[in-house]
Amino acid sequence: MPGDSDHIVADIAARIFADFADPQTVNSAADGAWKKRLWQALGDAGLPLAWVPETLGGSGASMADGFAILAAAGRSALSVPLAETLAAGWLLSRAGLDAPAGPMTVAPVRPNESITVDGEGRLNGRAAGVPFAFDCETIAVLADGGKRVALVDREDCRVAQGHNLAGDASNVVTFDRVQPLRLARAPDGFDAWSLPLMGSAIRSTQIAGALQTILSLSVAYANERVAFERRIGKFQAVQQNLARLAGEVAAALAVSASAADAVAQAGDFDEAKFLEVASAKIRTAEAAAEGSAIAHQVFGAIGFTQEHILHRFTLRMLSWRDDFGNESYWAAELGQRVARGGAGEFWPLVASR
Amino acid sequence: MSAGLNFDPMRLPAECQTLRAQVRAFLAEEIAAGTFDPHDPAHSDSYNRAFSRRVGAKGWIGMTWPKKYGGHDRSYLERYVVTEEFRVANAPANLHFVADRQSGPILLKYAPEHIKADILPRICRGELCFAIGMSEPGSGSDLFAAKTKATKADGGWRINGTKIWTTSAQVADFMLGLFRTSPPTKDNRRHGLTQFLIDMKTPGITVNPIRQMTGKVGFNEVVFNDAFVPDDHVMGEIDGAWKQATSELAYERSGPERFLDTFYLLPEFIRALGPEPDLRSAEGLGRLVAQLHTLRRMSVSVAGMLHAGKEPVVEGSIVKDVGTVWEQKLPARVRELAAFLEPESVNHTALEDQVAFATIIAPKLTIQGGTTEILRGIIARGLGLR
Repeated sequence: MPGDSDHIVADIAARIFADFADPQTVNSAADGAWKKRLWQALGDAGLPLAWVPETLGGSGASMADGFAILAAAGRSALSVPLAETLAAGWLLSRAGLDAPAGPMTVAPVRPNESITVDGEGRLNGRAAGVPFAFDCETIAVLADGGKRVALVDREDCRVAQGHNLAGDASNVVTFDRVQPLRLARAPDGFDAWSLPLMGSAIRSTQIAGALQTILSLSVAYANERVAFERRIGKFQAVQQNLARLAGEVAAALAVSASAADAVAQAGDFDEAKFLEVASAKIRTAEAAAEGSAIAHQVFGAIGFTQEHILHRFTLRMLSWRDDFGNESYWAAELGQRVARGGAGEFWPLVASR
Repeated sequence: MSAGLNFDPMRLPAECQTLRAQVRAFLAEEIAAGTFDPHDPAHSDSYNRAFSRRVGAKGWIGMTWPKKYGGHDRSYLERYVVTEEFRVANAPANLHFVADRQSGPILLKYAPEHIKADILPRICRGELCFAIGMSEPGSGSDLFAAKTKATKADGGWRINGTKIWTTSAQVADFMLGLFRTSPPTKDNRRHGLTQFLIDMKTPGITVNPIRQMTGKVGFNEVVFNDAFVPDDHVMGEIDGAWKQATSELAYERSGPERFLDTFYLLPEFIRALGPEPDLRSAEGLGRLVAQLHTLRRMSVSVAGMLHAGKEPVVEGSIVKDVGTVWEQKLPARVRELAAFLEPESVNHTALEDQVAFATIIAPKLTIQGGTTEILRGIIARGLGLR
């Protein structure tokens, strides 16, 4: 697994997830009390602000460490706004703003939505599908088409009830002359793509992580469940399906790790990074759909129950496809860019990675 | 957990990109000189001895082998770059490709010294074409059902029987083949096969070309009638070929040739689309680009593991499974996406010709060198399915 041996931070994260957010325990928990304990432990370990330098109040981990934390979070189908807080911390610190404690989220997360700053420095606009907005204290905003970064108090915004496929909060947030807590110019090289690109690299990493667990759960189940007096993993039809699942997991792992590595390198988002991140979002989303279908087929009826943990992984990764632009959206953008580059530039671009 | 799949984000080192520029320049010269047409995939599978010699002279065959056998002590990653640039250009590398990819490495491992010293330098110079003698009329994917016999004789072995679907046998100088030297045992049905190096000029060998559904000859029936093979042409352990097969498979399965066989369709489609495609075409193209980039990153990652001396058998099999299924579907996807192209676009006919050609060859892509079903069986075993 990428990161497991290289990143001590990720090992710490994985241990906290196992101790405080075990999928089985969480799935049968009567209430959300576990979230408080989990967040406390994450905060004590400095994980939510991993991408914020120490000078701005964070723990100053590397980009690679942050992605390793996110991969581990995906493997646990973590359902607290850790990825969102990492993204918000990244966005704020890139603009030189210090990060508050407590869970944060980011906006906008859908393509073609814009939040603008008016003459008096107040935010206006609407962002749909903002992950965990209801559970967060603050929202980091990339405003004015990528020219400004703001931090707003969630209570100053109108936040509508809503949730994603997996039941995690996902909200329409309306900014109506919201006075930001902090506001700064975005760094040079930033534009409206900067947040969708980072967000998509993050979601791709989480999807690949979830797929890893789905594969190991499915293989374990096929080796244990007996039908027709044989373990179902003995049947070639089941083996072929699981091999296909492994192919999807492999694709998701390879392309998301590559995108994370590309994003972790210094420099602006250029054509090569665009290829990496767009491809990661497209291909991991495809893998999520294929992989979810295969895993549910392997598990049969038990995998369709509330009681079983499979849905924590499948529904969450299916939801993650939609954040920061879904695969169709990124495919159209990538296709347009490749077409604009022309036939002669195509292979050199692919081979440059 | 997660069955240990490993695909680290390997990046090709700087020397690979220098080499890439050299390869591109060489191929551009060859194209300018009329050696081959990069837009015509129908001839990329031809055997061009003169071209292969020039490739050998460049030092791009046997790149990873020791210098004392004519090799160049270069890295597996550098070889990777040469392979992918040749594929993408539709360069006719058939004559030397199999020898370079798998026959040479087997000789390096199992051949006696004097044979290595004789044959490997000739492979490196681009002079030798190799065939692989595996399938038989009664044994395809089930390799260990092979019946063609090698019987002990004075100073060597006598071979009798028939190999089939043998690619390149009509031009090959040598074959590396599996032959039955003992019956299988009760507890090991894989026992009893031995790998031999066969000089195709040996009396008693008849090659009968088989026309493929493309209309061309690509594979053959090879009949052995008391063909004599000397003792020193035994490669490895007698009766124990099954122990030798697995570790080389990752090399054979994870290379760029496992997803680039129909690549030419993409640049041709991009050319036909022009710089401002409609939304449907753009989305369709974008998905194909993402899938290709993903496959290449998977393949490069496996190359990195091989380079580091690991044996990523499962990962390599996954690359071939996902890669060949993708390259097989590519003609169908491009055909659908091209349905609404302006018929006046400059290269419409060229694109149609390429789609037609790729559609005809597509079925073989998931059969040759290990079928999808066999690969998935290997993957399933690697996942720990019992």
